[in-house]
Amino acid sequence: MTVKRKSVQFELNGRKVSAEVAPHHTLVEMLQGQFGLYGARESCGQGLCGCCTVIVDDKSVSGCLQLASLVDGTKVRTVEGLSDGLTLDPVQEAFIETGAFQCGFCTPGYLLMTKELLAANPDPDDDFIRHYLAGNLCRCGAYPEIISAIKLAASKSRKPGARHAS
Amino acid sequence: MNVRAKSIGGQVGRSVPRLEALSKVTGRAEYVHNLRLPRMLTGKIVRSTVAHGRIKRIDTTEAEQIAGVDRVITSADIVKVIPHPFYGPAFHDQPILAMDKVHYVGEPVAVVLAEDPHVAEEAAQLVLVEYEELPAVFDEVEAAQNKAVVHEALKPAGTFPDLMHLNGIRGTNIALDFKLRRGDANKAFAESERIYEHTFRTQQVLHVPLEPFVSVAETDGMAITIHTASQSPSFVRLEIARLLGWTENRVHVRVPFLGGGFGAKLYIKLEALVAALSLIVLRPVKISLTMEEQFYTLTKHASTFRIKSALDKEGRITARECEVWWNGGAYADIGPRITQKSGFTAPGPYNIDNVNIDSYALYTNLTPAGALRGFGIPQLVWAYESHTDLLAREIGMDPVDFRRKNLLRDGQAQATGTIVKDMGAVACLERTAELMNWSAPFDRGSGTIRRGRGVAVGFKASISPTTSVAIVNISADGSCTLLCGTVDMGQGSDTAMAQIVAEVLNMTTEDIRVVHSDTDVVPYDMATLGSRSTFHMGHAVRLAAEDAKQKVAALANEVGMKAGTNMPLRELFLRKYKMQAGNIIGSGAYIPSYASPDHHTGLSDNVTPFWMVGATGIELEVDTETGHFKITKMINVGDVGRAINPQIVESQLSGAAIMQLGFTTTEKMEFDAGQVVNASFADYKIPGMLDVPEMQSEIVVAEQTNGPFGAKGVGESGTFGVSPAIANAIEDAVGVRISSLPITPEAVYRAIRVSQNDPIGE
Repeated sequence: MTVKRKSVQFELNGRKVSAEVAPHHTLVEMLQGQFGLYGARESCGQGLCGCCTVIVDDKSVSGCLQLASLVDGTKVRTVEGLSDGLTLDPVQEAFIETGAFQCGFCTPGYLLMTKELLAANPDPDDDFIRHYLAGNLCRCGAYPEIISAIKLAASKSRKPGARHAS
Repeated sequence: MNVRAKSIGGQVGRSVPRLEALSKVTGRAEYVHNLRLPRMLTGKIVRSTVAHGRIKRIDTTEAEQIAGVDRVITSADIVKVIPHPFYGPAFHDQPILAMDKVHYVGEPVAVVLAEDPHVAEEAAQLVLVEYEELPAVFDEVEAAQNKAVVHEALKPAGTFPDLMHLNGIRGTNIALDFKLRRGDANKAFAESERIYEHTFRTQQVLHVPLEPFVSVAETDGMAITIHTASQSPSFVRLEIARLLGWTENRVHVRVPFLGGGFGAKLYIKLEALVAALSLIVLRPVKISLTMEEQFYTLTKHASTFRIKSALDKEGRITARECEVWWNGGAYADIGPRITQKSGFTAPGPYNIDNVNIDSYALYTNLTPAGALRGFGIPQLVWAYESHTDLLAREIGMDPVDFRRKNLLRDGQAQATGTIVKDMGAVACLERTAELMNWSAPFDRGSGTIRRGRGVAVGFKASISPTTSVAIVNISADGSCTLLCGTVDMGQGSDTAMAQIVAEVLNMTTEDIRVVHSDTDVVPYDMATLGSRSTFHMGHAVRLAAEDAKQKVAALANEVGMKAGTNMPLRELFLRKYKMQAGNIIGSGAYIPSYASPDHHTGLSDNVTPFWMVGATGIELEVDTETGHFKITKMINVGDVGRAINPQIVESQLSGAAIMQLGFTTTEKMEFDAGQVVNASFADYKIPGMLDVPEMQSEIVVAEQTNGPFGAKGVGESGTFGVSPAIANAIEDAVGVRISSLPITPEAVYRAIRVSQNDPIGE
């Protein structure tokens, strides 16, 4: 397969980067192959399980379907960008404290979706959480713990005096 | 959720967060999936398109002409490095790549190797294979009639004495026929006036771990290293060594974390293939399956179970006859073990004097079937707990009372004759009934919404006799490393095993480092399966830690300190070695006692070191106009002995129940002439967050007296009762009985229409 590669420039977890990508390369392939980031991972290959979730310009996308060439000029955030290496994000802390994962394969996707969920609704109820995360799957069935984790993360993330969505 | 376990010491009984939690929430946990090696080739498998056929011709020319293709490999190449390339834990029946014949749609026939996975994938489409189709068989009961025969002759592995008599038998699909005869069932049936018989079926489903199968092999020709997502690294080592004719120490198997296993990633899956490929091309080779390809690799056994019981006037079960057909697919995998090891529990956790069991492992032309979270038990519980509910209804007794009257209690003999001990079936049933408020009046709904409730309780023996070995290494600064072959696939074994070490050595769990699954340094473990690890590896780890503790005492004595000194470990090392140097190595090996069931009667007085019990209670409402049902309450209760880590144990119970909910309500592999037609998450629906009902999972604390710190296995117990509890609740609500899984709204609606003498057509 001889294909012409294209250069893309974008912001990856806060740093300006560039990569050479083929037209058929997915975002997950680029993150793994060119940046050594394995937190977004392909599982179902159809955008139905959420293991490949990546945030592009503040919006979650399925990294196994999104073409790498499309991230040119965007801001890309992966699970590796959640923590600065010294302190964990409150969402990560909450997932640990509530035991909200078993094998951990789906966890990066849930963490990123939780960030997006809490940005949309800082005080979510069960129903909101269940519908928001209907597109992510956890075969270990840690769903009850994930719901607890999100509520805990919400309470950790809310600043005193901040307005709560109802 | 309520945890009632009490801590018995500092570390065991503590809900320690998983030791690997940080690496999992930062995306840095190691999976084989992440591994890329220099000069590595990727393999893409070309699969059979027919269910049963002779391979007439494989044409690889066009594929080999694609730029970037390294080469295309068939069985003709495999036999040059592995002359007899057949593997399997019970039968040596599965070829690395199809040899002369194919036995199911999706069977690996050839592999295209390329550096670029996209190139390999494109070229794989261009490999042409011509077949001469042969008659195929798909149904397990039909397979038993041997009209179409899957394999020309049976090839038992030779490691199991009870399979040896099958060697070379021709013209049959029956890979194993397990038989149990206890008391005189025929006489008891003849003497009873209340005899009831039913047949239940389960469908093909599969594990679909979110990390699909993946293996990498690299070799220098002298030794081979296999990095693999496997639940059984020691088995992989032994089996690859056997295939190559090498000694064990030349085969190095490494397993990092698994992205789920559930019984899929046992024995040999891709390991023999990547090993052979790397030996052929002398480059590292990786094969990562897609989600679709998991449907062509391993399933859970579909089953048909005919069950018949005789009751006396008081409602006691006097005799039970069980006939179970297990659909093993094209290769035996561990099916014959399931047929026997689970088969002997087919009458359920009931005290019955007269029992006949016939359990058949059958070959068919479908994807091979193996262990899936319960090792056959959920299929059996589905049948015997549906049947038990029907018996109670037949004689007008409350289903909980009927079970109370008949359940096995400690001191009574299970069907094999083994006296049960620390088997909490009654405790689990009672706690479930209590949490369901069973004795209180129940709202049955009205109009088109009808409400019902149901319970079910199942049990399982451990897979015996199996061995675990562990090493505890104390370094000169007093820090401690555990070498333990249990694979952490999400069940939290690293953490639980570290808790045991910390408990024995009076350390903090978080300070223990666990090295898992590297056969160059980590000792033997039979496998991570059947909820065996907490008990077996738990004992080995305990023994290793105790051994280290004794050696610490000996070192203290040697350097002139009194027994029980509180001198820090690093001081003891310094006194002996004069600098920060040396190690204390403690080791432990564990195998429980066991007596194999008699070949003719199936009886044994010591068939398992422990029993696991799970009970489920369900409340639901059914819409009589559509058949849709909504679970409004789900109670899962497990007898797990004493919980080493209550939070992780609870997650195991509820996670298992959620998985079984999928197998009960939505999951089913659909076939057309042996071809799976719904091999994707778009068409095969596993539970998502919206499917999880209001749940309560609870541990019944029942000390397992022979377990490490009173603990026993927990990974499967949550699956046992789910399916029949739902079917029992549906009958309670609308008076119809569903006898085949899955229980779909359509099945319920059809049954309602049949009950109204107004059935609907196809």
